[in-house]
Amino acid sequence: MANNKDTIIAPATAVGNSGIAIVRISGERALSFLQTYFRNNKKHIKLDSHRLYLGRLFDVADLVIDEVMVVYMSPPGTYTCEPVVEIHCHGSRQIVRKILELAQSHHIRLAQPGEFTYRAYLNGRIDLIQAEAVSRLIHSSTDLSRKSALQQLDGLLSRQLHYFSSTVKQVLVYIEAWIDFPEEVLPEENIQQITDSISHIYRQMNDLASTYKKGQYVHSGATVALAGLPNAGKSSLMNALLQQERSIVSSIPGTTRDTIEQSFQLEGIEIRLVDTAGLRSSDDFVEQEGVRRAKAALSHADVVLLVLDGSVTLSDQFADIVSSYRGTTSVLIINKTDIMSHEPDLRFYDGPVVRVSAKHGDGISELKDKIVSLLLQDYLPGAEPSYLTEQRHYEALVAATSHLDNFLGNINDVELDLLSIDLRDCLQSLASITGEVSSEAVLDEIFSSFCIGK
Amino acid sequence: MGYGKEYQVIVVGAGHAGCEAALAAARMGCTTLLLTMNLDAVAQMSCNPSIGGLGKGHLVHEIDALGGEMGINIDHTGIQFRRLNMRKGPAVRAGRAQADRMAYSARMKVVVETEKNLDLKQGVVEELIVENNKVGGVRTREGIDFLARTVVLTTGTFMRGLIHVGMNSYPGGRAGEPSAENLSQSLRSLGFTVGRLKTGTPARLSAKTIDFSRLERQPGDETIRPFSFTTDKIDRSQVVCHIAHTNEKTHDIIRRNIHKSPLYAGVIEGIGPRYCPSIEDKVVRFPDKSSHQSFVEPEGVSGTEMYPSGLSTSLPADVQLQYFRSMLGFEHVEIMRPGYAIEYDFVEPRQIRPTLETRDVGGLFHAGQINGTSGYEEAAGQGLLAGINAALQCLEKEPLIISRDQGYLGVMIDDLVTRETTEPYRMFTSRAEYRLLLREDNADIRLTEVGRMIGLVSDQRWRLYENKRSQMNEAIEVVKLTLITNKNRDLCQKLNLGELKSGVTLEQLIKRPGISIGQIRQELDVFNDIPDSVLEQVEIAIKYDGYIARQREQVERFTEHEKIIIPDDVDYDAVASLSAEVREKLKKFQPVSLGQAGRIQGVTPAAVAVLNVYLRKKSRERQTEKRS
Ligand SMILES: Cc1cc2nc3c(=O)[nH]c(=O)nc-3n(C[C@H](O)[C@H](O)[C@H](O)COP(=O)(O)OP(=O)(O)OC[C@H]3O[C@@H](n4cnc5c(N)ncnc54)[C@H](O)[C@@H]3O)c2cc1C
Ligand SMILES: Nc1nc2c(ncn2[C@@H]2O[C@H](COP(=O)(O)OP(=O)(O)OP(=O)(O)O)[C@@H](O)[C@H]2O)c(=O)[nH]1
Ligand SMILES: [Mg+2]
Repeated sequence: MANNKDTIIAPATAVGNSGIAIVRISGERALSFLQTYFRNNKKHIKLDSHRLYLGRLFDVADLVIDEVMVVYMSPPGTYTCEPVVEIHCHGSRQIVRKILELAQSHHIRLAQPGEFTYRAYLNGRIDLIQAEAVSRLIHSSTDLSRKSALQQLDGLLSRQLHYFSSTVKQVLVYIEAWIDFPEEVLPEENIQQITDSISHIYRQMNDLASTYKKGQYVHSGATVALAGLPNAGKSSLMNALLQQERSIVSSIPGTTRDTIEQSFQLEGIEIRLVDTAGLRSSDDFVEQEGVRRAKAALSHADVVLLVLDGSVTLSDQFADIVSSYRGTTSVLIINKTDIMSHEPDLRFYDGPVVRVSAKHGDGISELKDKIVSLLLQDYLPGAEPSYLTEQRHYEALVAATSHLDNFLGNINDVELDLLSIDLRDCLQSLASITGEVSSEAVLDEIFSSFCIGK
Repeated sequence: MGYGKEYQVIVVGAGHAGCEAALAAARMGCTTLLLTMNLDAVAQMSCNPSIGGLGKGHLVHEIDALGGEMGINIDHTGIQFRRLNMRKGPAVRAGRAQADRMAYSARMKVVVETEKNLDLKQGVVEELIVENNKVGGVRTREGIDFLARTVVLTTGTFMRGLIHVGMNSYPGGRAGEPSAENLSQSLRSLGFTVGRLKTGTPARLSAKTIDFSRLERQPGDETIRPFSFTTDKIDRSQVVCHIAHTNEKTHDIIRRNIHKSPLYAGVIEGIGPRYCPSIEDKVVRFPDKSSHQSFVEPEGVSGTEMYPSGLSTSLPADVQLQYFRSMLGFEHVEIMRPGYAIEYDFVEPRQIRPTLETRDVGGLFHAGQINGTSGYEEAAGQGLLAGINAALQCLEKEPLIISRDQGYLGVMIDDLVTRETTEPYRMFTSRAEYRLLLREDNADIRLTEVGRMIGLVSDQRWRLYENKRSQMNEAIEVVKLTLITNKNRDLCQKLNLGELKSGVTLEQLIKRPGISIGQIRQELDVFNDIPDSVLEQVEIAIKYDGYIARQREQVERFTEHEKIIIPDDVDYDAVASLSAEVREKLKKFQPVSLGQAGRIQGVTPAAVAVLNVYLRKKSRERQTEKRS
């Protein structure tokens, strides 16, 4: 099991669609993580041990990730006997994922299966009788994760990752041969050639890493939420997409109050569609609460559908709504095209636009296509898709890519020996997926590829 | 028959390992006996008359820093020096020197025989004297018992050595010398697992029959960088080597006669090194290569014997002559000694501890080729450490173990005790995971203090070392404090610095790619008489600062598991949930630390974690027992 001095993080509850998720951090950097990213009323506050605090978690760009409750527990009175932090957030995969990513930017790594318990034992927390149980736990959970990793790695993804690692190894073989056998007749030192092969896979690795989000969608579904002014036809659209009368439709503005959720399948992806209250300021307490819930739901959505009533003149309020979801993946939907008199001026919006009539079903299939293609940007039906779905694999790939980034950045400034360090680190990062590449394996390859011998 | 005098350390074999072992033990104050078969072949170079090269040069510098002899000996007897890889990175620059073979051996003999506390004697050891799993001495062919508290075996290629030239084979430890026939049987009966390896050497050619005008010249370096940190400089005229090439005709001759090679006829059972294939191997395995190169190296300044590298063989002598004569410049060549292959016994090194003491016989140490390694430097390094640890045992002090992040010596011994020996082991820099930290230039910084502590570093060497340290500090200060502005016009122009707004320190300048401390020294009179070798080290520390920090971080992670010791009496059967395969590996290699356990092939990270939990549990149980 990896280093015991690292600070580690992992979800402590099953991440699914439960209301609340708990993410746990253990190690020296736990407290500084909270001190950096957690704020209460815009202020950093002093966190006493074993007390629960309410506030918000911000990301590196200072955007709110979620409203959370946090607790810091100082050692030794903790599960692992190390500083421990627990973050209670909303139970959405997206939020948990964002927190894990943020932690990694703070040099906190993802825990291996059983690692919290492992540390608890090493640090004397669990008594002797439990030791055997810990061993079994480590074994079974790593075996399990290995098995599932293997299953998942069957096929294209596995071939791709092995291709990356073998390409890096191949370049390393050349570099090591040039270093260790300067008096042998070897292929000429050709920096351009190794640059080319590394840049080539570097691009592919980046591409694969960027499929992680998409892979997540395929794996665990996506949330799509409707937004718009009252009466725009959101509920009608919801029903049209579901082909089911799920939401109440009426000509009275402010019909929908609470958020309404319903899942359906779209090209194999499970989509959770959320209908929301029309966004407007109101004195009505219930409607106010509805709007608050609508906003909360919208902030967690993977795709926001901005519904515009095409039969009325474009209002500033709608433009405001659009601008508040800039940065989120969205589609602008012009509804009620059946009774629309003239084209609205949409210069303030630069995303995809779809015209529909929710009432008559026009444009609905086009809208569905749009949603799918947004989720799986370059999805090609028919081709065997390879997506990263495991956070662990994603993390390994990103780390590996960053070493290649270094390698490419330095290639013209530093000597072969230094370049080999980046390549070794890259292989080390990939090792958790593809297995170790030992120095012996590199030597084996040198001896079988080149005629060496004094 | 007893010998009367009792020793603290007996070293068997005066090869490269044996000489270092005996010198170290004697210099540490132990009464030492060095017994060898032939007093005229002390520190003999059986093969290539050269010291150093990649990884090997590193070892020599480390041996030197610890107070060993090899570096000084080659500085005295080297006839061509070259530094390799000058443009491939600071850690992979390595020195290599051609030796005058006879001078090398003669000087080492004098050093050994004049050392206080050390007796050099001729004798063939046939048997070990062992009682209650503890070594007590050795018995020679003449029936003399030499008694000692510790014994270091450095028998090289001699145990049941079998020399092959074509289909003829005869016992021998090296060309012209007999083998040691009985010692390995004595080891076997003590329970050691003994295996068989193979190596080979090319023919030696007569210089007067070679047309050097048809070969490419290869001179040495203009300025020589010595191997020993105590050697100030070497001013000696150097010999020139030459480069020759095989051709299709050569390969044809070899191919036609391949059935006469004992290797291909299946006569040889020992395993040879892949990095040192015979010429027949090269021709068979790489049929597309139409030519192989060979460095033709003189074996001394005065003799005429030439060593043609890369052409080792076990083909019959007449075939050897035929293929040499097919090569350009060798048309009329005469062979002085034919090439041959040799098979020999070695003792599987997983049976030794990282101190080089054998697990099962207390006080018995193995070093050099007997551990399945190959090469003079590898042998010398092990000999030095075995000698040190034998002496430390006699002095009742803690043993010395060099770790993987401290030196190639550590990498080598750790590899030996954690790996299956499938071929003779040779050092390569790629075996070191912290290569950037393990450079030739800083071997003294890494190891002189260790050598001083165990009593091998002389006052003179220690003064040099302290002086170097203070010069380094001085240079670092200069580099950090000297500010360069556009007023330093010459420097700015020479280095093409452009506009320097608020000035930069020398340190910042050195960080820039393409700017060297040497260039700065030429233009700026700030370094007084600080030697270039010190400046080189300062330059490396600054230029590669980021990479060095990264490697140090990796070392820190690495040491965590190294510190968790596995006690000798650990019962792997009692560790729940280890797979049978892992359990068997652990029993076979008996790692001394958790880190070492993890390096054994087949031991998974999960198994290491489980073992960690078990060890923790055990040590807690022991603590509770103590308390109650
Ligand atoms: C034919 C040949 C080819 C080689 N080729 C290469 C090569 O290509 N590359 C390479 O790196 N290395 C090569 N070597 C290996 C290199 O010579 C050795 O690795 C190195 O010399 C080992 O040092 P050592 O001290 O262990 O043993 P050696 O240098 O072999 O010394 C052993 C000493 O022990 C003495 N001895 C042995 N048994 C007894 C006994 N029972 N009693 C008393 N004295 C004893 C011997 O007389 C000898 O002096 C070759 C060796 C040979 C013989
Ligand atoms: N002609 C026409 N009428 C539509 C269309 N879509 C919705 N409507 C009508 O517009 C009115 C409002 O529809 P809803 O779907 O309830 O609108 P909403 O956006 O959910 O409204 P709130 O829940 O009040 O925010 C209803 O009378 C619908 O019948 C359309 O495509 N064409
Ligand atoms: Mg509605």
